[in-house]
Amino acid sequence: MAQLFTRDTQAIFWNNNTSAIQRMLDYDYTIKRDKPSIAAIVAPTAESKFQKFFWGGDEIMINLYKTTAEAKKAYPNADVLLNFGSFRTAYDVTMDALNMGGFKTIMITAEGIPERLARKMIAVAREKNVTIIGPATVGAIVPGAFKIANIGGTIENIINSKLHRAGSCGLVTRSGGLFNELSNIIAINADGIAEGVAIGGDRFVGSVFVDNLLRMQDNPEVKYMLLLGEVGGTEEYKVIDAVKSGKITKPIIAWCIGTIAKYYSSGVQFGHAGASANAERETADAKNRAMAEAGIYVPKSFNDLPNKIAEIYGKLKAEGVISEIPEPAINTIPKVRRSKQFICTISDDRGEEATYAGFPISSVATPDTGKGIGDVISLLWFKKQYPKWATQFIETVIKTVADHGPAVSGAHNAKVTARAGKSVVESLVTGLLTIGPRFGGAIDGAAQYFKYANDNNLTPAEFLNYMKKLGIPIPGIGHRIKSLRNPDLRVVGLKKYAAEYFPATPLLDYALTVEQLTTSKKDNLILNVDGTIGILMVDMWRALGYSETEIDEFISSGTLNAFFIAGRTIGFIGHVLDEKRLAMPMYRHPMDDILYQVDMAEEI
Amino acid sequence: MAQKAIREYDAKSILAKHWDKYFPDFTYAYETVLVETGAQLKEEAKTKTWLASKALVAKPDMLFGKRGKNGLVLFRDAKPGDVTLEKAASWIDEKSAQKQSVYFSFDGDTPTGEAKTDYLTHFIVEPFTPHAQEEEYYISATCVGDDDVLYMSAEGGMEVEENWDKVTEVAFAITDTEEEIEAKIRANVPKDVPQKDKEGFAKFAIGFFKAYRELNFAYLEINPFVMQGSKIELLDMVAKLDDTAGFMMTKEWGDIEYPTAFGMEEKSPEVMAIEEADSKSGASLKLTILKPEARIWTMVAGGGASVVYADTIADLAGIEDLANYGEYSGGPTTDETQFYAETILDLMTRTKDPKGRDKVLIIGGAIANFTDVAATFTGIIKAFENYASKMKDVGVKIYVRRGGPNYEKGLKDIKEAADRLGLWIDVYGPETHLTDIVRMAIEE
Repeated sequence: MAQLFTRDTQAIFWNNNTSAIQRMLDYDYTIKRDKPSIAAIVAPTAESKFQKFFWGGDEIMINLYKTTAEAKKAYPNADVLLNFGSFRTAYDVTMDALNMGGFKTIMITAEGIPERLARKMIAVAREKNVTIIGPATVGAIVPGAFKIANIGGTIENIINSKLHRAGSCGLVTRSGGLFNELSNIIAINADGIAEGVAIGGDRFVGSVFVDNLLRMQDNPEVKYMLLLGEVGGTEEYKVIDAVKSGKITKPIIAWCIGTIAKYYSSGVQFGHAGASANAERETADAKNRAMAEAGIYVPKSFNDLPNKIAEIYGKLKAEGVISEIPEPAINTIPKVRRSKQFICTISDDRGEEATYAGFPISSVATPDTGKGIGDVISLLWFKKQYPKWATQFIETVIKTVADHGPAVSGAHNAKVTARAGKSVVESLVTGLLTIGPRFGGAIDGAAQYFKYANDNNLTPAEFLNYMKKLGIPIPGIGHRIKSLRNPDLRVVGLKKYAAEYFPATPLLDYALTVEQLTTSKKDNLILNVDGTIGILMVDMWRALGYSETEIDEFISSGTLNAFFIAGRTIGFIGHVLDEKRLAMPMYRHPMDDILYQVDMAEEI
Repeated sequence: MAQKAIREYDAKSILAKHWDKYFPDFTYAYETVLVETGAQLKEEAKTKTWLASKALVAKPDMLFGKRGKNGLVLFRDAKPGDVTLEKAASWIDEKSAQKQSVYFSFDGDTPTGEAKTDYLTHFIVEPFTPHAQEEEYYISATCVGDDDVLYMSAEGGMEVEENWDKVTEVAFAITDTEEEIEAKIRANVPKDVPQKDKEGFAKFAIGFFKAYRELNFAYLEINPFVMQGSKIELLDMVAKLDDTAGFMMTKEWGDIEYPTAFGMEEKSPEVMAIEEADSKSGASLKLTILKPEARIWTMVAGGGASVVYADTIADLAGIEDLANYGEYSGGPTTDETQFYAETILDLMTRTKDPKGRDKVLIIGGAIANFTDVAATFTGIIKAFENYASKMKDVGVKIYVRRGGPNYEKGLKDIKEAADRLGLWIDVYGPETHLTDIVRMAIEE
């Protein structure tokens, strides 16, 4: 991997740090990336499922997940983890990601992670060949491709420092503040940077100077490198070794800050003798001297660094190693941006023709398209193109539940309202308002409880026992008159369809074993039409590859009820139109059908 | 700094607290007290009867070694092992009454380098333990490069620096398992350990290394420990903790104090006030006063940039002109910045330059990543308002250089404020090289 990131790199951001993420997206928009650099956000305590961000003047949504595993599952190609957990959690988050696999780079921002934990996570990452940037860093950037969080500062500064497009310098620093400064210096005195990493300020960091410089050596975009070291430690000597051994051949400009340290005693020396012997080697002066001796370009002072950069850049340019970099077109972020009040993710009427989940209405409406109501439902309700067997099942359900005669509460309500002279819509909604836990709700309930029993491997007997304890009759079981010997033909039809076309029906199979037990107690305790629909819906979603959590969410959000509402609306409208046609008068319930028992109210 | 030295007394207390977990095959009496005065020692003797019944050893417990060579270990009155409670108490009072000179390095018994002079304030007192020289051993552990290294020797109580050849080193990767650790230690027990004690030594070393690892020590040394069968005495200990692990070690470490080393200059009230503000803030505020009468004062944002400014001042003006070193970073609030700025303005306006020159205030900083420059400058402007007349009395030239979020407004505001208050100021943005204002200030 010669380049740390590309224009396609996507990251999972751990912690919903909205301002840092917005900075990344502003950068993405500015450099005209196709996809946002953040695929998903892990926010363990978030209530909502997504976060809105600006994308230029527009807005986009980025999904929130409770765990890295869920985010990674949803976005397997996101191979960078930006770990913005605190010093208390950063280690666990990193180790979790390392064990999970699939991440090429993990950036850790927390400062002050316990040293032993930092060493452990760095060692494991090395074993697994994962690049760690940090801890205690502001990040890294590949200009024109991918920028981590706050590195580079504001968009204005990014443009001024030419961090919006690749230049020819590879930059490595410890400090994040000076990283920006050096980007600016390089932009003023040369043509910007091709790749830059602030390795982090803690004693133990993942990728060290030499790791980054060796990668830059292999990156053809990088023509020369700039290293800003610091007093203390011996990392700079590894760079010197790489230069001496010929592993690094590109020119390096380097400076170690902290030359002042030599004037002040560091206080009482503590520890064994080895430490003080190394001390001289670790001073900034010694390192600057050693680097100069190895052929690295070392300026006279930090103040002289700009001249040195201009000199080396000029030389490489004269030699033809570096050519003029064309300035790419960029997008400009609008000065004023307004957050949108409403979000729509299912249909769009902004273009030539309105679409259902991306499909123009005409492409699903007419018979020649081969699409039916089931297809439209799959697009508008689930934002997916379901296969034929599933859309036809949905249609079967809609047709099956369309009506069940005038006596049921909803139809009755609709009829009474229609006879009071109200409109179709008014009459319809009075009918629909009865749909709930007692009317139509058995579909929801059957799906919920049978799935629970099946998920928890309850035997039919255990399931019955469980429901008995809850004090709830099993939803979806029982019929007024039908029995095993006199089956409900709607159920027979649904089961037959599922047997023929569903890839598998594990929950139905389970429900039928429950039915065997209940019918052995009482003949009419059969799996009824509501139960069959609810259960087969679960089987349909399982076969379509939804996760159990997603299916649970469908159930709890009332999606199953929605099939009943959609279907039964057809019947209710029929009853309302029927009343209109018959011009039936205002309905008044016969008094002899009411039990009156009205006692005189007591004084209290 | 993540690695912090602790007192010998605290190091022993931590090991004692976890003794049975790491050293189940050994006993340690944990007879040790930490006192500041002789009276305190006598008070301790009321509950710790061994203080009155046993012969004692007393020595300062103030993060420095070579106490024997400095003549600061009391173990004899007339002859070795006859120190009474009374004697120890009076010795402590005598040694703490006036400043003592301490050398930190010796060539043989001859002190080398410079001595530091300071008061002795903390003493550790323990029983005098008669034992044979062969029963003394050396053990220590620390982190070298990426590895943990365990040092073991059959010769205890020696100057390790002078006897490196008698020390066995074993390195452990951070990922080594308990089994690997045990096997490596068993395979490397120093050959001079007597055969009968080899198993005991290995067991003790394994426990020691595990304690070092699991209790988040950064450095742990016992020189010497005495092993008499299953009885262990810890005669001298040195330890550093990784204080970043403090949040997960509150129970394991107990109440731990990180004392200032012997001979370190007393911190000034200003420095202590900044330290306190720093500890309460999510941002970082640091201040070291180098030479309060010097001419150039810095108020620099950012850990890296502050070093660069100090380097440049030392290069171009020399360190005799540099009054302080410090930094503020991590997005301090306006109030925090004002407090920080006022502390520096107060210090720099106390006396005039002896040579009658103007003083220089460098308000520097790199291009910030996320700190709002205008907000932090608002704090500095408020400090200017409170100190303008003092600054004019002393004569202060202000040089500003900064970039980052909202820097144009910050620079404009600070320029206007200084002009309004009649202060001399020059203001630069990111187009000017970071440290160029130092050159300008010195050439002026």
